[in-house]
Amino acid sequence: MTTEQHTELSALALRVREHIIRMSTDGGCFIGASLSCADLIVYLYRHVLRISPETVADPGRDYCFLSKGHDVPALYGTFAELGYLDPKRLSHHLHTTDSIYWHPNRAIPGVEFHSGSLGHLLSVAVGVALDIRIGGGAGRVFVISGDGELNEGTMWEGILVAAAKKLDNLTVVIDRNAFQANLPTEDLIPLEPLEPKFEAFGCCVRRTNGHDFRALEAAFDGLPLRKGRPSVIIADTVRGRGVPSIERRADRWFANFTHEEVEMLLKELHGGAASALTSETLIVR
Amino acid sequence: MTYEDLLRNSAERDSRIVVLTAENRAAIRNLPASLGERFIDVGIAEQTMVGAAAGLALRGRIVLVHALATFLTLRAFEFIRTDVGIGNLPVKLIGGVPGFLSDANGPTHQAVEDIALMRGIPNVNVFCPADLQELVAGIPAIINHPAPWYVRYNASPPGVTHTGRFQIGQAEVLSNGSDVAILAFGFLLREAERARHILEERSLSVRLVNLRTLKPIDEAVILAAAKETRLLVTLEDHFHTGGLASIVTEILFRSGVQAPLHSIALPDRWFKPALLEDVLEHEGFTGRQIAERILAAASSTP
Repeated sequence: MTTEQHTELSALALRVREHIIRMSTDGGCFIGASLSCADLIVYLYRHVLRISPETVADPGRDYCFLSKGHDVPALYGTFAELGYLDPKRLSHHLHTTDSIYWHPNRAIPGVEFHSGSLGHLLSVAVGVALDIRIGGGAGRVFVISGDGELNEGTMWEGILVAAAKKLDNLTVVIDRNAFQANLPTEDLIPLEPLEPKFEAFGCCVRRTNGHDFRALEAAFDGLPLRKGRPSVIIADTVRGRGVPSIERRADRWFANFTHEEVEMLLKELHGGAASALTSETLIVR
Repeated sequence: MTYEDLLRNSAERDSRIVVLTAENRAAIRNLPASLGERFIDVGIAEQTMVGAAAGLALRGRIVLVHALATFLTLRAFEFIRTDVGIGNLPVKLIGGVPGFLSDANGPTHQAVEDIALMRGIPNVNVFCPADLQELVAGIPAIINHPAPWYVRYNASPPGVTHTGRFQIGQAEVLSNGSDVAILAFGFLLREAERARHILEERSLSVRLVNLRTLKPIDEAVILAAAKETRLLVTLEDHFHTGGLASIVTEILFRSGVQAPLHSIALPDRWFKPALLEDVLEHEGFTGRQIAERILAAASSTP
C-alpha cells in the first residue's frame, strides 16, 4: 500500500465516521458497532470488493453481505462517499420518505440483502456462493458478521455447511469488537479462543488489526486463504473507535444524541476534547 | 408420473431450477444423480437450507426446498419469514408428512399448525394437494409463479376423480349439493369423499369442495357454498386455530355473510401417534365418523 493510498483510506474512513456520528441524532443509531467496523468496510469497498456503483446488479460482481445489520450507518456512509448513494439521503435517516433506517435493506443500491435478525446472512451467502460455483463464476462472497452474532447457532451451522461444500469463494469477516449489545462478549458468552473454533469447523483463518489498513491489506491478500476452504478474517476492533468518549463503553451501543452533542463528538473525532455527553443512552434490541 | 419424475423433468426443462434438502431424500432418491450440482443436500440444517435457498433465489434460481413439514416450517420459520417472505423470493417450500401423514412419529413430527404459520407470512402462498395426481398437476404452476410457496407434500393415491384443470386460487367443486357443503383439502379429501357417499345414502345433498390452494383461496366458491347450502363444514388435519376454519370465518365475516359453520379439526392438542388408518379412527376422521359428525351438526342446525 502506498502512502497516498493509506492517506486516502484514512481520510475516507474519517468522513464515514462523520456520517455515522451525524446519524446518531434525531432518533439515533447503533453508533458503537458502526464505528468499530468503519475501517473494515471502507477497506473492503475501496480495495477488496470487485464492485462499483455501476456494477451493483452485475451477476459477475463480488457480493458483500452485512449480517450484523445494525452497523449499517458505516455502510451507508461508505456508500455516500463512494457514489452508491446520494449523501443528501443520509439526512433522511429514519424518515418515512426514504428507506434509511436502523437496519439495511435492498431499497438502497448496493445493499445485497436485508438484515437485522442475527445469524441469517451467512446462510444466504452460502446460497449465493453455491450458485456462483454452479455457474463457474469468478465472483466472491463476503459476509461481515459481528462477534456477538457468533452466539447464534446458525453461524456455526452455516460454517459447517460452507466447509462441507468447500466454498472457497466465501469469506467471513468478523468485526471482533469484543462487545455484544450490552456486555463484553467474554463476560457473557466467551468466544475465545476463536481461531481454533473456525479452524476446527474446516475454515482457514487469519486474525488482524481491524483498524490498520496495512494489516488489513496483508490479511485479505491472496484469498482464498486455502483452496477448497472458506476463509475467515477475524478483525480485532474497538467498539466506538475514533471517539474516545464512546470507545469500549457498554452503554454507548445505541445512542440518540442531541445536535449539540453531535457537534462535540465531531470535534472529538478530529482530536478535540472529550465530549460532555448527557443524553440518556438507549439500550434497546 | 411420480413427484421425483416431475422434479427431474422440470429441472431438465428449466435450468434455473435447483433442489435443496435437509437430508430428506426418501421421495427424491434418484435426483442427485440426475441433477448433479443442482441438487444440494445441506444435511440436517433447515435454517441454513432456507437461507441458502434465499441466496440461490437472489441469483435468479427457482428453488425447490424439500424437507419435513415440521422442521421446515418450525425450525426454519424465521428464515422463511425473514429471508424468503420479506425478500419475496421464488422459493418453493415443500413440506413432507404434514398433518396426519406423520402417522406414528409423534408430536415432534406433527405439522398441524403449518398452514396458520405459512399463510400468516406476507407474500407466502399455500398449496395443499389432495393426492399425487394433484401434487404433480400443481407443482408446475407453483414453479412458474414468481412468489414464495409452501406446499403440503402429499403423494397419496387419489381418493376422488379430479374434474378440473389445476389453477392457482381455484377450487374444484366435486359435487353440487345444497344441504351440506364440505370444504376440504389435502389428504383428508379422500375421507371427505367417503363421507359424501354415506351422507348421500342418507338422502342429504352434498357439495364437496376441494380447495387445492388455501392462499390464495377461492372465496367465490366458499361464499357461494355459504349462501346455497344449509351448513358449511370445514375439514382439516390442522389445529382449529389459524387453518381452514379460521380462513373461512375470516372470509364470511369480511363479506358480511352469515352461515352455520361446523369445523372438524384438531382441538387444542396433538393427535395420538399411530399408523395412519388408526389415527383417523382414533381422532374421528374416517369417512364414516366425519359423516356422523356432520349429521349431528346438521341436526342441531336450524
